[in-house]
Amino acid sequence: MSGPSDYQPSNPALQWLERRLPILGLMHSSFVVYPTPRNLNYWWTFGAILSFMLGMQILTGVILAMHYTPHADLAFKSVELIVRDVNYGWLLRNMHACGASMFFFAVYVHMLRGLYYGSYKEPREVLWILGVIIYLLMMATGFMGYVLPWGQMSFWGATVITNLFSAIPYFGESIVTLLWGGYSVGNPTLNRFFSLHYLLPFLIAGVVVLHVWALHVAGQNNPDGVEPKTEKDTVPFTPHATIKDGFGVACFLLLYAWFIFYMPNYLGDADNYIPANPGVTPPHIVPEWYYLPFYAILRSIPNKLAGVIGMFSAIIILCFLPWLDAAKTRSSKYRPLAKQFFWIFVVVCILLGYLGAQPPEGIYVIAGRVLTVCYFAYFLIVLPLLARIERPRPVPNSISEAILAKGGKAVASVAVMLVAAGALFLGSMQDARASEGSDKPPGNKWSFSGPFGKYDRGALQRGLKVYKEVCASCHGLSYIAFRNLAEAGGPGYSVAQAAAFASEYKVKDGPNDAGDMFERPGRPADYFPSPFPNEQAARAANGGAAPPDLSLITKARSYGRGFPWFIFDFFTQYQEQGPDYVSAVLQGFDDHVPEGVTIPEGSYYNKYFPGHAIKMPKPLSDGQVTYDDGSPTTVAQYAKDVTTFLMWTAEPHMEARKRLGFQVFVFLILFAGLMYFTKKKVWADSH
Amino acid sequence: MNPDASTIAAGAPIEVDLSPVAEGQDIKVFWRGKPIYISHRTKKQIDEARAVNVASLPDPETDEARVKSGHEQWLVVIGICTHLGCIPIAHEGNYDGFFCPCHGSQYDSSGRIRQGPAPANLPVPPYQFVSDTKIQIG
Ligand code: FES
Repeated sequence: MSGPSDYQPSNPALQWLERRLPILGLMHSSFVVYPTPRNLNYWWTFGAILSFMLGMQILTGVILAMHYTPHADLAFKSVELIVRDVNYGWLLRNMHACGASMFFFAVYVHMLRGLYYGSYKEPREVLWILGVIIYLLMMATGFMGYVLPWGQMSFWGATVITNLFSAIPYFGESIVTLLWGGYSVGNPTLNRFFSLHYLLPFLIAGVVVLHVWALHVAGQNNPDGVEPKTEKDTVPFTPHATIKDGFGVACFLLLYAWFIFYMPNYLGDADNYIPANPGVTPPHIVPEWYYLPFYAILRSIPNKLAGVIGMFSAIIILCFLPWLDAAKTRSSKYRPLAKQFFWIFVVVCILLGYLGAQPPEGIYVIAGRVLTVCYFAYFLIVLPLLARIERPRPVPNSISEAILAKGGKAVASVAVMLVAAGALFLGSMQDARASEGSDKPPGNKWSFSGPFGKYDRGALQRGLKVYKEVCASCHGLSYIAFRNLAEAGGPGYSVAQAAAFASEYKVKDGPNDAGDMFERPGRPADYFPSPFPNEQAARAANGGAAPPDLSLITKARSYGRGFPWFIFDFFTQYQEQGPDYVSAVLQGFDDHVPEGVTIPEGSYYNKYFPGHAIKMPKPLSDGQVTYDDGSPTTVAQYAKDVTTFLMWTAEPHMEARKRLGFQVFVFLILFAGLMYFTKKKVWADSH
Repeated sequence: MNPDASTIAAGAPIEVDLSPVAEGQDIKVFWRGKPIYISHRTKKQIDEARAVNVASLPDPETDEARVKSGHEQWLVVIGICTHLGCIPIAHEGNYDGFFCPCHGSQYDSSGRIRQGPAPANLPVPPYQFVSDTKIQIG
């Protein structure tokens, strides 16, 4: 994108085009012959990774929007229907939802890279500021996207975040009304968020073009922070950078696929599988992980306006970075002190993120305050001061000189560290599992856990029986249609069996020609009828607590894993908090109430229910449901079967997900390997 | 992008019958999409609310100014935390009033902020008594 190009296509048709619109020349000069510093390391591939992720998000998002309904009453259901009924809808949704997290992960790496190597310094200030603008736009887009599924966290996250603007003096309230389009977060809010969520990514794409343009004018920074001087310092973008970026993207895809296929709910919040309810605030509102450090800053300042200002200035301060850090040396590689403070800063950010997810009480609040001060001190005190007092090591004269001086030790040591850490995690895990607290649901062996997990067909069929004979008298299963019983990966009934099962139910239909509603036998396309006509009736019949719909219950319930479990869970693919909890509650009833716990009238003691007082009486007892396959008719077995069945209702395509995941992994590993060797070949004489 | 006509029309005043609410109980009604708490306060709650030194409050306001005279037992407030908008839980916290689970703000039996990050008291919506047992909100 810099200056006219002397590119001449050989094909006459392309020559014709080139004389009228030199777009090929632009591409050629920007992405083929463009000289890139030859000492770039893999941290520089994150630019390409980010472009790839942006494309991915737009592509999956456009398709999802074709199936999504932006209406307060329908949005939650339409997302569930995407996952259940749209071809590969579960894949699209996982790609988009995990994609947002991966996008932010990559952007944080990209930003920290810039911070470490001083990529914001003269002459790249505008490039850096454009990057901060992209980041702000991403945060807005991510936030509005999180609202669209219209679950509890969506709704209350939207409430909390939009209310931030009410802290602005004088205009605050009117800004908030403008955001809501009403008197509170509601349908108009959802509609405008949907519209903006569709618009902003294209703005991001526009700013990305500016960002890349500015990059190609100023040239790329590099790990040594010295500008390329001669031909010898650079290599042409294609094939060198292209193939290296390709390898970087392939490795990143491995991580991305791990989330999509094996841990799709790891980064989400179980509460978001509960439809939005404006009358009930979830006990603990947490934003998505990528906002947590800023949320922690907001909460640690005890004044509302100051908190909001603190939170926004934590981001805006990045724009002033080029002037706050006046040191002449760019790269922290040659700045012994700056290097140490950089890593301290990274740790501060991670700790702030951890605090953002904790309840705002006691020690967490104090720690939050200390870390908030550290965060700002890094920018306002440490960096300006270092520029004055630090004595950097001498910088090499040129890039080629720097390359001669070093071997590949950095990469090797990082790899060794990662392997060691991984081994440590896996090793310590087994004994640690055993010592879990007693109020946490005990772990179970589920047939569906792990990378090759499958549902146990027998358990699904028995679980359906338990649901039908016991649970169904109070709990609905409204997202499940009878036809689902005959689908692949389900209980394994034939189409005829599912139809016969359906016909045992009476379903309300109508109005007929006379305008009356009538009842008819169920058909495979019908959904399980709910035991109560509406929520109020359910509430009234059950002493004030409406029995929740069970379709999603195993994904909508969870319990805090706490540190460090949630880290191990990532490696072990532990995703069964929900089933563990559900089966524990089913078995956790006890007539004998322990001392110190008071159970109000009309409630029952349950060991695993939060607060221990549950409105549901003990639902299962030994021998209550007869099994004809000889399985033991005990509460433990019932609980296990019905939980397996409810896991299937929550995630009917899990088997397909894990199967496809394995294939994708085999492909990606081969692909990444090929990319690596191609890259080695291309770079063979450039190192 | 301000509220459209139908949203505004749906925000018209509503009437609420208070007779079923016993002393010490409260009900939650929705008006303009916002939860409104109507509490039938006990003698103890009223006395507590009146006993505090108003000047010491973060957002000084007397209990008398927050209820209608002659109907001291009825407290009507918008149940939206003035911090970041969560719904506080009634009958919780240290002040016999409301407790916000989100960031721990505590309100007293007059809906005034006593502790936590919230800057202001729970707002009192516009309402009047149409009879002794019925109010009109809005
Ligand atoms: S929203 Fe109530 S304390 Fe923050």
